[in-house]
Amino acid sequence: MIEGNLSLKKGNFELQSGPFAFPAQGVSVLFGRSGSGKSTLLRALAGLDKDTRGTLAFKGESWQNQTWQRPTTQRHIGFVFQDAALFPHLSVRGNLAYAARRAPLNRTKTAFESIAAVARRMGVVALLEQAVTTLSGGERQRVAIARALLSQPRLLCMDEPLSALDWAARAELLALIDALAKETGIPVLYITHSPLEVERLADRVILMADGRIERIESLREALARPDSALFDEEGPVSVLHGTLGAPDANGLTAFGNDSLRLRLSLPPTATPSATRLRVLARDVSLATVQPRGLSILNQLPVMLTAIHPRSAGRVTVACQLADGQTLLAEITGYSCQALALTPGMQAFALIKSVALME
Amino acid sequence: MSPLTPGEWQAIWLTAKLAGLTTFILLLISAPLAWWLAHSKSRMSNLAAALVSLPLVLPPTVIGFYLLLVLGPQGAVGGTLEALGLHHLAFSFWGILIGSLIYSLPFAVQPLREAFAGIDLRLLDAAATLRAGPMDRFFSVVLPLSRSGILTAVVITFAHTVGEFGVIAMLGGSIAGETKVVSIAIYDYTQALEYGAAHRLSAILLAFSFATLLLFYAINQRVMSPLKPR
Repeated sequence: MIEGNLSLKKGNFELQSGPFAFPAQGVSVLFGRSGSGKSTLLRALAGLDKDTRGTLAFKGESWQNQTWQRPTTQRHIGFVFQDAALFPHLSVRGNLAYAARRAPLNRTKTAFESIAAVARRMGVVALLEQAVTTLSGGERQRVAIARALLSQPRLLCMDEPLSALDWAARAELLALIDALAKETGIPVLYITHSPLEVERLADRVILMADGRIERIESLREALARPDSALFDEEGPVSVLHGTLGAPDANGLTAFGNDSLRLRLSLPPTATPSATRLRVLARDVSLATVQPRGLSILNQLPVMLTAIHPRSAGRVTVACQLADGQTLLAEITGYSCQALALTPGMQAFALIKSVALME
Repeated sequence: MSPLTPGEWQAIWLTAKLAGLTTFILLLISAPLAWWLAHSKSRMSNLAAALVSLPLVLPPTVIGFYLLLVLGPQGAVGGTLEALGLHHLAFSFWGILIGSLIYSLPFAVQPLREAFAGIDLRLLDAAATLRAGPMDRFFSVVLPLSRSGILTAVVITFAHTVGEFGVIAMLGGSIAGETKVVSIAIYDYTQALEYGAAHRLSAILLAFSFATLLLFYAINQRVMSPLKPR
């Protein structure tokens, strides 16, 4: 667990986290508007600010109490900064060696120990002898992540590592970070204000507002809220978890699990290891009887669990899929009344389009 | 020009010793001071910055005069030393060394302060998360990123101390081998109307100063070039 209660005053801004506790495993995303205190909290957790007050413990080991702070150097944290913070006087290899030289020798050997291995995994082998001032934004972050991994951290902190990158570099790095978190088993604390990054990466969401932690919940719980802070101008979103099967004779690929099966039409470039499907609520319609003669591929039996009014005569209907996952449908209030939808009812969800989160 | 006399060699050696020691000691003192001035948000840092800069605007005679009072036999420092059975510091090498330290302090602090202020503090945060302790961070991040500022501080402090006159004249007088540096020797020669000898030493100082600055600019360009964005 990572638990504590931290406060920190910076000029006019005041962080008052309130008591918090969450598991030190998987990806925990700090989410909130800019100015909500995400970065301040992450720096406080890393011990980068001497003025931090309160208590903090990591896996039962005290990192801070009312009178004492464990120095950052002894917390074994890998920190990836928004602008990478690479050392400009060292080459890429020099930056990686800086971390490797100071990493503990007695730690159990991992694949993430030699510079060569990490550089290969992060795709920066060709850059090793370059000056860091010549790197692109995406390359800088890859080097920064490689450097953090080489220090053999017990916790990986990432402060909006992708915010300065273009769309393509962002997608690539998101997939890489997700894969690394799973391969290394190192718990990740990740800051973002992009709902898409949360939906792609998060195991749990730490929602921040006005310098305090509003709530900590699983991604599933966070998305089940009709007024979730994760919903932007596209409206409510569901993320379905599952695994991809092999493409069938019709070129369709199954996605799901034992009790849930969707069929997707994927481009050949799709990542076979993808595990998340993003569905906009407005792309989901409801039918009270199984419709026939429809071109829509995915028609899933669901049980309605809740109906929440939204703006402009529209309602969000929460549906439970056969495997227990939640799927949101956005329909008009008129249709809701005409079909006499009520919680507890069995129905069919018609999914018009999905996006595989690669 | 006739060759240098042993007395003139002595003055040159004394000048080099004074400037070298001053530069070395000032670097050690100025590095932490400049770091604090560059990054402290305390109001005390304004007061300290003003104090450090004071020798830039004060006439050297004023510095020399007060040091003479303090370090002399009746002064707070000199008197204490006398009471302990030691010698006071006026008209001694150690006296003019203290004078030089104060006189050249801003020339060591200012370039270091500017270099330190230009360092992105997140680099130090990054180094801390990579397990570099404070001394490690200073030597592995701050120093290499401040090369140019350090070189400037060394050259300017050394050259400025070589060119020192007023403080030494007030505090040290002209004792051969003890306080008679080149600038004092030139003054003495001029007073005695020995213009040939004065010219010899003056030409040496002129050539030295020019060569030092030339070398400085050449090196500085080389030292800095890897850090310039391409």
